[in-house]
This record gives sequence, structure tokens and C-alpha cells, in this order.
Amino acid sequence: MTTTPTDDPASASGTQGFVPPQRPAGWHRRHLLDLESLTAAEITALLDAAETLKRLTNQCRHKIPLLGGRTLANLFFENSTRTRNSFSLAAKRLGADTVEFSSAGSSVSKGETFIDTAKTIQAMGVDWVVTRHPSPGTPHQLSRELNCCVLNAGDGAHEHPTQGLLDMLTIREHRGRLEGLTVALVGDIAHSRTARSNMWGLRKLGAHVIVCGPATLVSPRWEELGFEVAHDLDDILDRCDVLNLLRIQFERFASRPFPSVHEYANRYAMNGRRMRRCRDDILIMAPGPINRGVEITPEVADGPQSVILEQVTNGIAVRMAALWLLVGGSDEADRG
Amino acid sequence: MNDLTPILIDGGHLVSPADGLDRPGRLLLRRGRIEAIDLPDDDLPAYYHRIDARGCLVTPGLVDLGVEFREPGYEEDETIDTGGAAAVAGGYTTVLCLGNCDPPIDAPAGVESIGRIAATAGGPRIRVIACLSQGRKGEQMAELGLLVKAGAVAFSDSPGAIGHNALLKRALEYCRMFDIPIFDRPVDPDLVDRGVMHEGCVSLVLGLAGLPTEAEDLAVARDVRLAEATGGRLHVGPISTMGSIDLLRWVKSRGIPVTASACPHNLWQSDEMLRGFDPRFKVHPPLRSPRHIEMLRQAVADGTIDAIQSGHMPRAREKKMNDLDQAPFGAATLETSLAVVATRMVHTGILSWSGLVQRMSTGPARIAGLKAGTLAVGAPADVTVIDPDETWTVDPQRFYSICHSSPHEGDEVRGRVIYTIVDGEIRFTRRPALEHLATTG
Repeated sequence: MTTTPTDDPASASGTQGFVPPQRPAGWHRRHLLDLESLTAAEITALLDAAETLKRLTNQCRHKIPLLGGRTLANLFFENSTRTRNSFSLAAKRLGADTVEFSSAGSSVSKGETFIDTAKTIQAMGVDWVVTRHPSPGTPHQLSRELNCCVLNAGDGAHEHPTQGLLDMLTIREHRGRLEGLTVALVGDIAHSRTARSNMWGLRKLGAHVIVCGPATLVSPRWEELGFEVAHDLDDILDRCDVLNLLRIQFERFASRPFPSVHEYANRYAMNGRRMRRCRDDILIMAPGPINRGVEITPEVADGPQSVILEQVTNGIAVRMAALWLLVGGSDEADRG
Repeated sequence: MNDLTPILIDGGHLVSPADGLDRPGRLLLRRGRIEAIDLPDDDLPAYYHRIDARGCLVTPGLVDLGVEFREPGYEEDETIDTGGAAAVAGGYTTVLCLGNCDPPIDAPAGVESIGRIAATAGGPRIRVIACLSQGRKGEQMAELGLLVKAGAVAFSDSPGAIGHNALLKRALEYCRMFDIPIFDRPVDPDLVDRGVMHEGCVSLVLGLAGLPTEAEDLAVARDVRLAEATGGRLHVGPISTMGSIDLLRWVKSRGIPVTASACPHNLWQSDEMLRGFDPRFKVHPPLRSPRHIEMLRQAVADGTIDAIQSGHMPRAREKKMNDLDQAPFGAATLETSLAVVATRMVHTGILSWSGLVQRMSTGPARIAGLKAGTLAVGAPADVTVIDPDETWTVDPQRFYSICHSSPHEGDEVRGRVIYTIVDGEIRFTRRPALEHLATTG
């Protein structure tokens, strides 16, 4: 079920005779802003494309020259290493160029609004703007102002669609499906864009989503919105196919939402004792960066059920898929 | 007072709850006063302007309990001139102007200077709500007695909240000497943190920091208890929550003279509007959920809410075109208030036109202690002529206000100001000038 890298030298034949892959049907959008507004078919198209591109990359171990001559701009108003590098690598593996902007040292720190910064970068001729910003909705605002494709790489506590997609791809690879699975998101739901993207995406593809954490970080309003809310991790462990352990975002708190890290870890850290109460085939995920000893102990993070590093690998695949479907794809379709 | 040609407003329907008027009639304005109602043709002066008000309502000029004109200090947002033009275009003949300028209006010279600028601006009558605290810092009382002498009609630290309970209590006690009201925008600063919108399911989904309803409820509870304890005159507003309404009903049932106001945008739009992440919907009080809107409309209809204020809080385009966290609260609302209230309250059958005039003219005038909101003979000739049925689409690019940000952009509304007459002088009209040229009687 899992696609594994092949070492077959015959397939590592470089770019000669490259046959472009078939575009999955059902995708027409120019922006990837959130998963809440996507249909199940659109999400499936992205996941299918990611699977295809992952297989191709593994086969040829070279760039897939699908989007040569195009340029991606990383426009990050918030620190990031993994997401930014993942987008860069995704672009490069598709043959595109990348350009980096960060708010520190740029004109944003001189008082320019993010919209003007983005317009300036667009004027340099880019095809995709990948943006991360501490304020929710900034990618949506940019999509109205820019002519190029906008990809949301995290907007405040709102969404992080490619993170949601890579989590879903990882689960789908292991289980072959998402429908009917029970997935628990554990931790700081209130401040987590990863949680929101997972919640919408998983639900649209038929999974049952539980949000679990302290009552100050898991609003009862999620129940009004149709999600299961739990505050006691031990109560739900034996029902879960997947646990996705979210980091506590200490930097976002005005007042502390629980008495101590000690108490939090006692109630919510995934440790060996709790692992024994889970199903044998449970998947342990974490969007990272992980705080060992807070939401997850090393024996779980590095244990056999952990797919944390596969998530990182799949991140490149879903980002390649998004880049391809947003601009490359539609352009091909226009020419065809 | 002026001695221009008299104006006859003829053929309209007079609506003035203060005078028990809700019937067809004509008005003669002369020398800045309402000279006569329903005078026969024989008694008309030899020479006058005639306003043909057939199909229109003739009401006392609208009165607003708190606009921001941003001068001095923030002229990029609005000036007394542009704000005044927006006010008369919206049918307002008197506006109370907040002191959140730079420097803040916390000393007599500031009140006097606004009065001087306003006198030559040719807009509405402008009265000043001076700062309650020195520097609007919420610590020490400003020189309230001297400010009253200079012409201040109320005190407030709005749009900031009055955070210190002791300051508010003392000010309520002190102001009893002048019979001057204190206006509080009820917000508990502890509970709002960095909130940008109503806290509810929508803010949860959008990941935006919330402004919880209890932040308003708590402040209203504190305010009304202090008003009761001190016997001072207190006005809370704008309010937006069911909890505030419950408290007001309770306090009014006890006969405590607290008054309250609400904003038109809170009678119409819900927090769902924020789903597109457009900062033009970042307004204060925030757009609430439909339950609150429904309760607020009922409270306006049954009089629990005494007044509707535009909530005009203009902000320059360069400030509004930012992300939702950075963009300031605010919108230009003077030019849409009447139409929005007419559309959502009157044309839906919840409120009569007389009720609208009560909430937008007579009530606010009474709260501010002004001789306005009436069509009585001898009263100042401040009159608004309204076409109740004209339907139009809100286009903020055509606003007189410098601020072109409106939560109602593109909305179709019904009811429009045709003439605004201040002190017996036509300060605004939507009709060609020739139509009301002098006529021999």
C-alpha cells in the first residue's frame, strides 16, 4: 500500500523520454487558501496528484521537468524552516525557480503593508506566492489583490492547508482510505491552524474527527460545528486509528490556559503507558516542531507506530501537487 | 441665526414624536427658527424658497451621539469639514464629536477650537464630547467643570473604555453638579485582549481572536450599578449584546435614568460577514451573531435602546488596507445610517417612522440635553427631508467622508435624505438647485 522508493536503476533514467503524468480531474482553482472551502473531490484530486508525483520522484530520483521556467516566491511574515524549505524543494523538484522573502529586514519592517510587499514581489514576475502570516485571512486578502497563484502556508490560527493534506496523505498511504477512520487531534486546538485544516479535510473525506485537549484550548463550540470534543485523552485512546499530537503554542497565550506544563503532560502527553491502551496499528503523528516530554515522549516519537518523518516526506509531495495543479496544470489545460 | 430667505417645506408628511406630529403638513422656516406650521397661503411671506416635499417625510434634523472627526491630529482619516459634509449628507443637523484627537480634547481650548472651526465649516451643528480623563489615559479626571463652561455637552473616553471603576464613580458623582452625562462605550479591557471580531463559531473557524459578549455585559453591569449608586447621568453605548439588553431592562424597571444606544450595522449584519476576511467588516461594536441582532432590533423597537448612533469611526484607506489584526476598527457610517435603519427596521415593520425619528433625533437630543429633535414653533430650524421609498445602492466611493470603508458597500437600501436644513439654511440637497429657487408667494 505504501509507496516505497525504488532502487531499480532502469527507472532512474533522468529526464530523457519524460512523459508528463496525467492530471487528476476535478481541480480548477488558482489558489490554495484553505481546506474548508474545498470539496471532497478537490481534496482527492490533490492527494492523487501528490501520490503520482511522489511515485515519479522516487522512480527517477531527478527533477520532474513539469514546471520549468516558473518562479515561486516564498513570502513569510513568520518564522518557518520546514514549511519554507518544503515548498522550495517542491518547486525545485518540478524544475521551477524560487525566491525568498522574509519580513525581518524587508520593507515590512519599514512600515509597508503586506499587500504592498506582495504586489512588489508579484511585479518581479512570479507564478506562485507562498505566504505565511500571523494574521488569519491574509492569503485570502492577497488572492483578491494578486494575479498569480496564492498558496497559504499558514495564516495565524486559521488554516495550514498543505499540512492538512500531508497528514491526510500519510494516513491514506497507511490505511488506503480515510473514510470511516477515527482521528484524534490532541492539544492546543484553539491556536492550531493544522488542527483546523485537518478537521475540515478529514471530515470531507469521511473520517470521524475528535478534538481533545484542556477545556480552555478546545471550545465547546466545535460540537455545534459537528466535531466530537473530548477533554480526557485516556477516554478516547482505544477508539482512535490515528493520533495527531499538536504542539502547545506557548508564544500565543496572553494568559496561561492550564496551570503548568507538568499538569498538561500528565493529562495529555502520549507516552508508553498510554500507547499500551491504543490499538496495535495506531498511527502517531505530529506536525512538528515537537516538544519532547510535553505532548509526546521520545519512546513514542521514535517508536514503531510513529510516522512523523513520513509526514515531512509527504509534505514535499503535496506541495508539488498543489503547485502543479494551481498553475502548471491549468496552463497545460489551456494549451491543450 | 441667519436672515436668509424664508423656506417653505410644502406637501410633505410631518413626523415629530416630540410634538405628536405624524400627518401631512407644511413648515415655514425663517431667521433660523421654525416660524409656523400649517399656515394658510394668505399668511405666506412675499418671498420664500419652496421645497416640494410631496412623497417625503419632514422630520426634525437627525442628532448623532458620537462621531469621530479626527481633527486635529488625524486629518488623514477625517476633518471637521469632510465629516460635517458627510453628516449633512446623512441627514444629521447636530453631531456630538468625540475628543479622541491628538492632542485629545481634554482642555477648554480644544472644545473652543472645534467650535470655531465648525462655525465656518457649513455643516451640521457640532458639539463636543470632551475627554473624561486627562490625556484620555483613564487615570485622573480632566477639568470637567471648565470643559462644561467651554461648551462640552458630555464626557467620555470612547472609543476607549473607562477602565477604572473608581474614576467612573467619581466622575459620575462630580458631574451631578453640571447635569452633564457620561458616555461609556462598554468594554471590559481585560476580556477583549487582541480580539478583532465577535467571539463565536465564526471566529473559532476563522482562527480570529474574539471579542466575547461578556466583555460588554460586564462593563454594562458595572456602569449601571455605579449609575444607581451615584445618581449620576450615564449613557452606555453603543451596545450590541443580549446580556446588555437584559441588564438595561432590569435597570430601567428600577427607574434608574440610564440610557443606551446602538449602531445601525449591529441591526443588520452578522459575524458571518467576516468570512471573506475583509477589514471593512472590522467595526466596533463587532458584528454579532444573529441571535444578538434579533434581540437588539427588538430592544430598539420597544425603547429599551433609546437612541441609534451612526458609530461613524472613519479611518484612512492606508490604515484599513491591512490584515485583520493590524487594520483598525472603524467605518464611515454617517451617510448610510438613516437608510440602513429604515431598511432593516421601518420597511420590515418593526419600527414606525415616528419611532425612527425618536431614536435618531428626539431621543439623542434629550440624552445630550440639546434643544433639538423637535418641529415645535420657535425651535431651531433644523429639519431633514427624507424620501422614504427611494432605493439606492451604497457606493462608498461617493461618500463625502474621506473614509471610503463601509460594511454596507454594495448593499441595496431604501430611504434617502433629500434635504438637510441647519439653522434655516439648506446645507445639503440631492435635488438640482433650481428646484427650490425663490418663489413669490
